[in-house]
Amino acid sequence: MPINYYIFLAVILFCIGVVGVLTRRNAIIIFMCIELMLNAVNLLLVAFSKAHHAVAAINAGPAGTTAGTDGQMFVFFIMVVAAAEVSVGLAIIVMMYRNTHSVDVNFLNRLKH
Amino acid sequence: MNVTQILFWLLSALTVFSALVVITRKNPVYSVLWLIITFISISGHYILLNAQFLAVVNVIVYAGAIMVLFLFVIMLMNLNADAEPQKNKWLQFAGVIAGGCLALVIIAALKNVDAKARIAETGSDIGLIENLGKVLFTQYVLPFEISSVLFLSAMVGAVVIGKKN
Repeated sequence: MPINYYIFLAVILFCIGVVGVLTRRNAIIIFMCIELMLNAVNLLLVAFSKAHHAVAAINAGPAGTTAGTDGQMFVFFIMVVAAAEVSVGLAIIVMMYRNTHSVDVNFLNRLKH
Repeated sequence: MNVTQILFWLLSALTVFSALVVITRKNPVYSVLWLIITFISISGHYILLNAQFLAVVNVIVYAGAIMVLFLFVIMLMNLNADAEPQKNKWLQFAGVIAGGCLALVIIAALKNVDAKARIAETGSDIGLIENLGKVLFTQYVLPFEISSVLFLSAMVGAVVIGKKN
Protein backbone atom coordinates (compact mmCIF):
# COMPACT_ATOMS: atom_id res chain seq x y z
CA MET A 1 0.00 0.00 0.00
CA PRO A 2 1.30 3.50 -0.68
CA ILE A 3 1.74 5.50 2.49
CA ASN A 4 -0.66 8.15 1.17
CA TYR A 5 -3.62 5.95 2.00
CA TYR A 6 -2.54 5.66 5.60
CA ILE A 7 -2.03 9.43 5.80
CA PHE A 8 -5.53 10.03 4.44
CA LEU A 9 -7.08 7.51 6.81
CA ALA A 10 -5.35 9.08 9.80
CA VAL A 11 -6.38 12.59 8.72
CA ILE A 12 -10.01 11.50 8.32
CA LEU A 13 -10.01 9.84 11.74
CA PHE A 14 -8.43 12.91 13.32
CA CYS A 15 -11.00 15.21 11.73
CA ILE A 16 -13.86 12.98 12.88
CA GLY A 17 -12.46 13.44 16.38
CA VAL A 18 -12.31 17.22 15.89
CA VAL A 19 -15.91 17.29 14.67
CA GLY A 20 -16.97 15.26 17.68
CA VAL A 21 -15.26 17.65 20.07
CA LEU A 22 -16.90 20.63 18.36
CA THR A 23 -20.43 19.26 18.08
CA ARG A 24 -21.06 17.27 21.26
CA ARG A 25 -21.77 18.62 24.71
CA ASN A 26 -21.30 15.52 26.80
CA ALA A 27 -17.92 15.74 28.51
CA ILE A 28 -17.36 11.98 28.33
CA ILE A 29 -17.98 11.87 24.58
CA ILE A 30 -15.60 14.79 24.11
CA PHE A 31 -13.03 12.79 26.06
CA MET A 32 -13.63 9.77 23.81
CA CYS A 33 -13.11 11.91 20.73
CA ILE A 34 -9.74 12.99 22.14
CA GLU A 35 -8.86 9.30 22.43
CA LEU A 36 -9.90 8.87 18.79
CA MET A 37 -7.52 11.66 17.75
CA LEU A 38 -4.68 10.09 19.75
CA ASN A 39 -5.29 6.80 17.95
CA ALA A 40 -5.22 8.50 14.55
CA VAL A 41 -1.79 9.87 15.38
CA ASN A 42 -0.65 6.46 16.60
CA LEU A 43 -1.75 4.87 13.33
CA LEU A 44 0.19 7.47 11.37
CA LEU A 45 3.32 6.89 13.48
CA VAL A 46 3.15 3.13 12.92
CA ALA A 47 2.68 3.62 9.17
CA PHE A 48 5.68 5.94 8.98
CA SER A 49 7.79 3.55 11.02
CA LYS A 50 6.94 0.77 8.56
CA ALA A 51 7.82 3.01 5.61
CA HIS A 52 11.10 4.01 7.28
CA HIS A 53 11.91 0.36 7.85
CA ALA A 54 11.11 -0.49 4.22
CA VAL A 55 13.44 2.25 2.91
CA ALA A 56 16.21 1.22 5.30
CA ALA A 57 15.82 -2.41 4.26
CA ILE A 58 16.19 -1.43 0.60
CA ASN A 59 19.30 0.63 1.33
CA ALA A 60 21.06 -1.59 3.83
CA GLY A 61 19.85 -5.02 2.91
CA PRO A 62 16.83 -6.81 4.29
CA ALA A 63 18.51 -8.55 7.19
CA GLY A 64 19.74 -6.93 10.32
CA THR A 65 18.28 -3.47 10.08
CA THR A 66 16.26 -2.36 13.07
CA ALA A 67 15.15 0.98 11.65
CA GLY A 68 11.60 1.78 12.57
CA THR A 69 11.57 0.51 16.12
CA ASP A 70 11.80 4.09 17.40
CA GLY A 71 8.41 4.98 15.96
CA GLN A 72 6.80 1.96 17.55
CA MET A 73 8.41 2.86 20.88
CA PHE A 74 6.88 6.33 20.57
CA VAL A 75 3.45 4.76 20.00
CA PHE A 76 3.98 2.61 23.07
CA PHE A 77 4.80 5.63 25.22
CA ILE A 78 1.83 7.55 23.80
CA MET A 79 -0.40 4.68 24.92
CA VAL A 80 1.16 4.78 28.39
CA VAL A 81 0.58 8.51 28.73
CA ALA A 82 -2.97 8.15 27.36
CA ALA A 83 -3.81 5.54 29.99
CA ALA A 84 -2.60 7.82 32.78
CA GLU A 85 -4.46 10.76 31.25
CA VAL A 86 -7.72 8.82 31.02
CA SER A 87 -7.59 7.77 34.67
CA VAL A 88 -7.07 11.33 35.90
CA GLY A 89 -9.54 12.83 33.43
CA LEU A 90 -12.31 10.43 34.33
CA ALA A 91 -11.69 11.14 38.01
CA ILE A 92 -12.11 14.85 37.26
CA ILE A 93 -15.34 14.17 35.34
CA VAL A 94 -16.71 12.06 38.21
CA MET A 95 -15.92 14.83 40.69
CA MET A 96 -17.51 17.38 38.38
CA TYR A 97 -20.65 15.26 38.10
CA ARG A 98 -20.77 14.91 41.85
CA ASN A 99 -20.70 18.66 42.30
CA THR A 100 -22.98 19.80 39.49
CA HIS A 101 -25.00 16.65 38.66
CA SER A 102 -24.32 17.19 35.01
CA VAL A 103 -21.60 16.44 32.47
CA ASP A 104 -22.81 19.09 30.07
CA VAL A 105 -19.81 21.23 29.20
CA ASN A 106 -22.01 24.32 28.80
CA PHE A 107 -22.71 24.30 32.51
CA LEU A 108 -19.02 24.23 33.26
CA ASN A 109 -18.20 27.76 32.20
CA ARG A 110 -17.65 29.09 35.69
CA LEU A 111 -14.01 29.76 34.97
CA LYS A 112 -15.20 32.58 32.73
CA HIS A 113 -16.68 34.52 35.62
CA MET B 1 -5.94 -6.47 -5.76
CA ASN B 2 -4.35 -8.84 -3.33
CA VAL B 3 -5.39 -9.89 0.14
CA THR B 4 -3.54 -7.07 1.88
CA GLN B 5 -5.32 -4.40 -0.12
CA ILE B 6 -8.73 -5.98 0.38
CA LEU B 7 -8.09 -6.17 4.12
CA PHE B 8 -6.86 -2.58 4.13
CA TRP B 9 -10.01 -1.25 2.47
CA LEU B 10 -12.31 -3.35 4.62
CA LEU B 11 -10.60 -2.22 7.82
CA SER B 12 -10.52 1.41 6.69
CA ALA B 13 -14.24 1.39 5.91
CA LEU B 14 -14.98 -0.22 9.27
CA THR B 15 -12.77 2.27 11.11
CA VAL B 16 -14.26 5.38 9.52
CA PHE B 17 -17.84 4.10 9.79
CA SER B 18 -17.55 3.18 13.45
CA ALA B 19 -15.80 6.48 14.23
CA LEU B 20 -18.70 8.31 12.58
CA VAL B 21 -21.18 6.29 14.61
CA VAL B 22 -19.27 7.20 17.80
CA ILE B 23 -19.86 10.92 17.32
CA THR B 24 -23.47 10.63 16.15
CA ARG B 25 -25.06 8.33 18.76
CA LYS B 26 -27.14 10.03 21.45
CA ASN B 27 -26.57 7.31 24.02
CA PRO B 28 -23.00 7.38 25.43
CA VAL B 29 -23.00 3.61 26.01
CA TYR B 30 -23.39 2.96 22.28
CA SER B 31 -20.62 5.46 21.61
CA VAL B 32 -18.28 3.53 23.88
CA LEU B 33 -19.15 0.21 22.24
CA TRP B 34 -18.55 1.59 18.75
CA LEU B 35 -15.31 3.17 19.91
CA ILE B 36 -14.17 -0.31 20.97
CA ILE B 37 -14.89 -1.51 17.41
CA THR B 38 -12.86 1.42 16.08
CA PHE B 39 -9.91 0.52 18.26
CA ILE B 40 -10.06 -3.14 17.28
CA SER B 41 -10.03 -2.23 13.60
CA ILE B 42 -7.07 0.07 14.22
CA SER B 43 -5.38 -2.95 15.80
CA GLY B 44 -6.08 -4.80 12.55
CA HIS B 45 -4.26 -2.02 10.73
CA TYR B 46 -1.31 -2.47 13.10
CA ILE B 47 -1.19 -6.17 12.24
CA LEU B 48 -1.21 -5.29 8.53
CA LEU B 49 1.72 -2.96 9.22
CA ASN B 50 3.71 -5.71 11.00
CA ALA B 51 3.37 -4.11 14.41
CA GLN B 52 2.08 -7.16 16.21
CA PHE B 53 3.12 -6.12 19.71
CA LEU B 54 1.39 -2.76 19.35
CA ALA B 55 -1.75 -4.47 18.05
CA VAL B 56 -1.92 -6.65 21.14
CA VAL B 57 -1.15 -3.74 23.46
CA ASN B 58 -3.80 -1.65 21.72
CA VAL B 59 -6.44 -4.31 22.29
CA ILE B 60 -5.44 -4.88 25.91
CA VAL B 61 -4.90 -1.27 26.97
CA TYR B 62 -7.39 0.66 24.85
CA ALA B 63 -10.19 -1.74 24.03
CA GLY B 64 -9.76 -3.53 27.33
CA ALA B 65 -8.77 -1.22 30.15
CA ILE B 66 -9.60 2.31 29.03
CA MET B 67 -12.96 1.52 27.47
CA VAL B 68 -14.00 -0.53 30.51
CA LEU B 69 -13.14 2.52 32.60
CA PHE B 70 -15.37 4.66 30.38
CA LEU B 71 -18.19 2.13 30.63
CA PHE B 72 -17.87 2.00 34.41
CA VAL B 73 -18.06 5.77 34.71
CA ILE B 74 -21.04 6.06 32.35
CA MET B 75 -22.97 3.30 34.07
CA LEU B 76 -22.14 4.53 37.57
CA MET B 77 -23.33 8.01 36.69
CA ASN B 78 -26.45 6.59 35.06
CA LEU B 79 -25.92 8.91 32.14
CA ASN B 80 -27.87 6.83 29.67
CA ALA B 81 -31.10 7.68 31.46
CA ASP B 82 -31.29 11.38 30.75
CA ALA B 83 -31.13 12.52 27.17
CA GLU B 84 -28.25 14.84 26.51
CA PRO B 85 -29.45 18.34 25.63
CA GLN B 86 -28.41 19.09 22.10
CA LYS B 87 -26.40 22.00 20.96
CA ASN B 88 -27.82 24.63 18.69
CA LYS B 89 -28.29 23.21 15.18
CA TRP B 90 -26.27 26.00 13.64
CA LEU B 91 -23.39 25.43 16.05
CA GLN B 92 -23.38 21.73 15.14
CA PHE B 93 -23.42 22.64 11.46
CA ALA B 94 -20.52 25.05 11.98
CA GLY B 95 -18.58 22.34 13.80
CA VAL B 96 -19.05 19.88 10.96
CA ILE B 97 -18.04 22.52 8.41
CA ALA B 98 -14.94 23.40 10.42
CA GLY B 99 -13.84 19.79 10.76
CA GLY B 100 -14.52 19.10 7.10
CA CYS B 101 -12.49 22.14 6.08
CA LEU B 102 -9.62 20.93 8.27
CA ALA B 103 -9.73 17.51 6.61
CA LEU B 104 -9.93 19.08 3.15
CA VAL B 105 -6.97 21.40 3.75
CA ILE B 106 -4.71 18.67 5.17
CA ILE B 107 -5.60 16.18 2.44
CA ALA B 108 -5.14 18.79 -0.29
CA ALA B 109 -1.77 19.74 1.16
CA LEU B 110 -0.61 16.11 1.35
CA LYS B 111 -2.15 14.60 -1.75
CA ASN B 112 0.93 15.15 -3.90
CA VAL B 113 3.29 13.73 -1.32
CA ASP B 114 6.00 11.60 -2.81
CA ALA B 115 4.74 8.05 -2.60
CA LYS B 116 7.97 6.32 -3.45
CA ALA B 117 8.31 5.31 0.20
CA ARG B 118 5.99 2.48 -0.60
CA ILE B 119 5.25 0.30 2.37
CA ALA B 120 6.69 -3.06 1.48
CA GLU B 121 4.33 -5.96 1.69
CA THR B 122 7.15 -8.21 2.75
CA GLY B 123 7.11 -9.15 6.36
CA SER B 124 9.49 -7.62 8.82
CA ASP B 125 10.05 -8.61 12.38
CA ILE B 126 10.70 -5.24 14.02
CA GLY B 127 7.22 -5.28 15.52
CA LEU B 128 7.77 -8.47 17.47
CA ILE B 129 8.14 -8.24 21.20
CA GLU B 130 11.67 -9.64 21.03
CA ASN B 131 13.08 -6.74 19.04
CA LEU B 132 10.95 -4.06 20.68
CA GLY B 133 11.87 -5.37 24.11
CA LYS B 134 15.58 -5.15 23.32
CA VAL B 135 15.21 -1.53 22.25
CA LEU B 136 12.93 -0.71 25.16
CA PHE B 137 15.28 -2.02 27.82
CA THR B 138 18.50 -0.66 26.34
CA GLN B 139 17.88 2.59 24.54
CA TYR B 140 14.62 3.66 26.14
CA VAL B 141 15.09 2.37 29.66
CA LEU B 142 15.04 5.82 31.26
CA PRO B 143 11.69 6.89 29.72
CA PHE B 144 10.34 3.47 30.69
CA GLU B 145 11.21 4.03 34.34
CA ILE B 146 9.92 7.59 34.24
CA SER B 147 6.62 6.35 32.84
CA SER B 148 6.24 4.09 35.86
CA VAL B 149 6.59 7.18 38.08
CA LEU B 150 4.00 8.86 35.85
CA PHE B 151 1.62 5.98 36.43
CA LEU B 152 2.16 6.18 40.16
CA SER B 153 1.42 9.89 40.19
CA ALA B 154 -1.66 9.39 37.99
CA MET B 155 -2.92 6.72 40.38
CA VAL B 156 -2.39 8.96 43.41
CA GLY B 157 -4.02 11.84 41.58
CA ALA B 158 -7.06 9.81 40.60
CA VAL B 159 -7.54 8.59 44.16
CA VAL B 160 -7.11 12.08 45.64
CA ILE B 161 -9.48 13.68 43.13
CA GLY B 162 -12.05 10.90 43.31
CA LYS B 163 -12.37 10.54 47.06
CA LYS B 164 -15.17 12.24 48.91
CA ASN B 165 -14.13 15.24 50.90
